[in-house]
Amino acid sequence: MASQHHDQAVGHEEGHHEGMTKGRIWRVFFYLLAITALEFFIALVLVHGGVISKGLGVNIVYIALTLLKAYYIVAYFMHLKFETFGFIMSVTIVFLFIIYLIALMLTEGTYLKGHFSPFPFWPNP
Amino acid sequence: MSTTVTQLDKVKTGRWNGGRSPFNVEYGKIMMWFFLTSDAFTFSAFLIYYGTQRFAHLTWPDPDKVFQSIPLIADHGYPLVFVGIMTFILIMSSVTMVLAVEAGHRNAKKEVVGWMVATIIGGLMFIGCQAMEWTHLHHEGFWWGSIPGQEGVSPEVSLAPFFSKEISEVSAQQFANLFFTITGFHGFHVSVGILLNIIVLGMVLANTFERRGSYLMVEKVGLYWHFVDLVWVFVFTFFYLV
Repeated sequence: MASQHHDQAVGHEEGHHEGMTKGRIWRVFFYLLAITALEFFIALVLVHGGVISKGLGVNIVYIALTLLKAYYIVAYFMHLKFETFGFIMSVTIVFLFIIYLIALMLTEGTYLKGHFSPFPFWPNP
Repeated sequence: MSTTVTQLDKVKTGRWNGGRSPFNVEYGKIMMWFFLTSDAFTFSAFLIYYGTQRFAHLTWPDPDKVFQSIPLIADHGYPLVFVGIMTFILIMSSVTMVLAVEAGHRNAKKEVVGWMVATIIGGLMFIGCQAMEWTHLHHEGFWWGSIPGQEGVSPEVSLAPFFSKEISEVSAQQFANLFFTITGFHGFHVSVGILLNIIVLGMVLANTFERRGSYLMVEKVGLYWHFVDLVWVFVFTFFYLV
């Protein structure tokens, strides 16, 4: 047996990965608070004040800020950023299917919209 | 005799070559993650369906007009304020939860108890706010299968306060059904989270984790709690902002 260096695989030699210190937790909290405040600023000041109008552009900004908040929650609060690469992939890669579902449902929505449009007030008299 | 080892005989020591835990995550925690992934699919399906309906209709209730009350304070005129308070409460309770997890890593029982109590109070406050919001909308006439309206009053009059553009009964009904279903499903998750937090708090107080030597269970219930917060971030965007 050529196993001079058959060291017993040590299970938890990497057990002490970087964690969340108190300072870091509060920093992430303030990021989340700042992003939420920015969303309120856009909604209450810019959109209500008439600087920009509701529509696709501002919705994309909202969704981008939402995904940024989601990233901070999942990566830091749920600690996913500090797990192994394989584990991160095993819980996140399936969300490709969600992107696919969004694409499908937008197609479906376009079809429905086309067929509803002759009846804008349907079924109102 | 040569002491070199052939390529085939060499013992591999990589992460995936056996003898060690490749994910380096405890079993229960992996299962919690997989459950949350599947739960995220449920919520995604709900929200994408909401988006499809909204996209497919020519007109839709204006969230700024539907949600413009602060229960007990003002009946109308303050869009986004109440939901802002709710969002702040939930983010705050997420922070207290992660502080409880952090205290658990240091085996500081007293701090874990304190932060978990704060988390439970935050959860109860959020559920209370949601109950007030539901009550308000219910009084206005929104519910599963019903929209504001009275005998003899045309929908154009009774629905006018909720629309910015044209009025549609179908849109109003779809909005009501989906609002109560999705926020209801989220509220159900919050309620379960509060219950789980109370159970784990009881175990902390009974020194279960002190004897076990690790506060991993606090971490698992924490994952669930953050997930509830995560879902709210999306509900908030798609129901109240967009």
